[in-house]
Amino acid sequence: MPNVVTANRLTDGIVVYLAPDGSWTEEIARAHFAETEDETQAIEAEAEKAVKQRIVVGVYPMPVELNDGTVDPLSVRERIRAAHRTTLTKDWYDVPL
Amino acid sequence: MYRYDEFDHAFVRERVAEFKDQVERRLAGALSEDEFRPLRLRNGLYLQLHAYMLRIAIPYGVLSPKQLRQLAMIGRKWDRGYGHFTTRQNLQFNWVKLVDIPDVLAALAEVEMHCIQTSGNCVRNVTADPFAGAANDELEDPRPWCEILRQWSTYHPEFSWLPRKFKIAISGAAEDRAAIAFHDIGLKIVRGPDAENGFRVFVGGGMGRTPYVGQEIRAFLPKEHLLSYIESILRVYNLHGRRDNIHKARIKILVNQLGIDKFREDVEADWEATHKDAIDLPGDERRRIMSYFAPPELPARPIRDERLDQRRETDPVFANWLKHNVRPHRVPGYSTVVVSLKEPGRTPGDASSDAMELVADLAERFSRSEARVNYTQNLILPHVNTSDVTSLYDILAMHGLATGNHDLLGDMICCPGLDYCNLANARSIPIAKEIAKRFEDPKRQELIGPLRLNMSGCINACGHHHSGNIGILGVDKKGTELYQISLGGSPKDDAAIGSIVGPGFRAEAVPQAIDTIIGTYLAKRSDGETFLDTWRRVGAQPFKEALYGAA
Repeated sequence: MPNVVTANRLTDGIVVYLAPDGSWTEEIARAHFAETEDETQAIEAEAEKAVKQRIVVGVYPMPVELNDGTVDPLSVRERIRAAHRTTLTKDWYDVPL
Repeated sequence: MYRYDEFDHAFVRERVAEFKDQVERRLAGALSEDEFRPLRLRNGLYLQLHAYMLRIAIPYGVLSPKQLRQLAMIGRKWDRGYGHFTTRQNLQFNWVKLVDIPDVLAALAEVEMHCIQTSGNCVRNVTADPFAGAANDELEDPRPWCEILRQWSTYHPEFSWLPRKFKIAISGAAEDRAAIAFHDIGLKIVRGPDAENGFRVFVGGGMGRTPYVGQEIRAFLPKEHLLSYIESILRVYNLHGRRDNIHKARIKILVNQLGIDKFREDVEADWEATHKDAIDLPGDERRRIMSYFAPPELPARPIRDERLDQRRETDPVFANWLKHNVRPHRVPGYSTVVVSLKEPGRTPGDASSDAMELVADLAERFSRSEARVNYTQNLILPHVNTSDVTSLYDILAMHGLATGNHDLLGDMICCPGLDYCNLANARSIPIAKEIAKRFEDPKRQELIGPLRLNMSGCINACGHHHSGNIGILGVDKKGTELYQISLGGSPKDDAAIGSIVGPGFRAEAVPQAIDTIIGTYLAKRSDGETFLDTWRRVGAQPFKEALYGAA
């Protein structure tokens, strides 16, 4: 199962993901998907540099599932973070987000 | 209400300038996140799931129209046009940017507001009866004492680094509307042996992981000794409270480990040994603060209003609102109106900038320029001419602020939960909305009667689930949100902690579980019983059987 590295942007706190080009994106679909443990460690180390550069805070890796071009974080918490909004009331238990 | 003097203004402005400098140093790299975190928390700034969250103190829940308008402006300019009123009578903005915080704090300072001591291990915003100065069951207005405690505790050098946070609530009325039994210190103004008012003092109440109902440490404390006695409580706690384990650091743990008698002995010994008179507030200063809370001029007016009486007969929705959201005032011919932030479908406690501005206008027009917020997350207009109540209702109803559910099932307390909060394990807002939808019919809520339903998205219990007649606690069970239901809690004078009724429910099963509990109560209740009465009489068994089948 691939991992992505996530954090909050320092200036506004918005949820971001490390992208393959080393930039930070708000869209989880554009994140760097690390396929192995070594690769995960490598992108985590790269992300820590961005902490020192004051781009982001609170870096951590988390697992995602890739299904037909969509990216689904495993935990409810990460699904809510990736959506960048609070959950809707309509049919909230049928549609997780 | 209290107004800042030159000293207060300068004090808050200095703090704004100090934090502006700290934010700049963080952005420039002079401060790391580890260095900055305690500084931002001291200024009410959290980093939550989606963004920074700013918690603004509303001292003892009192708001002027000017302050409400400024909060509305801040919400619109620097957030997403709404804020969330909390169970500590505070207001939280959910989407503010770090770079904008210095401007937000400066805008707050303009209207005599700040975020000092809304976080950290210090004495937090002192909360009070939201009907203070207006209630017909009040012995004495608690707000001057809240203000005295606020001034005394702000930057108090001895108590700025307590083992853990510290919350005080005061009620001056017969009915406890401030949940004083669930605070580190709860104060109730009572009449003493010489017909003088003083404080009945409770200590060691709290929620969270280890809930306790506060215990009486002193049946009567003369008012003039409030500061010295509270200092002694805090000193004993500061010295002996645990600092090695965050889960055992609150005063409730110390009080319950020592036992209330030993804790009292230690406090009384400290109190005798210290110089009470040097600490207690001089009479002149007390009178100066009291003068800010002089009641507004309210000449007696006719108690009956023909327009209101007619409307009550012809409009059942109005009659229902009148019954639940309009309370008698201490002065004949006036009413206290609860502005509901619990319209079904909306997030409990959220108010848009538009709603804040509307309530500011209505406070000016109808309520002697006063508004309040209560810990159950509604707004209040305390001093309304009874003859204006129908006009006020029509305006509130047009804006979805006149749901007649105050203290009924629909008036749920709900924390932000996993939709916003970094500490949460489960969502609470969508559950509240689903329950609100299921029990939307006012007739059904009326039939059910007074009921406190409280919900938290984690064990920290910001949503007061322990004190709910029905409490819901969201937990994470192997990646799935699961909800534990407890029954029999009460936040009032008969304070009690609810008991977990059985195994938890998946999110989609919660509304039906609540329905089953309510159905059981309605089937079992005797004439005139509330939910709590029936629960106390019949116990858990019928509810367990209804929810889980016979064992």
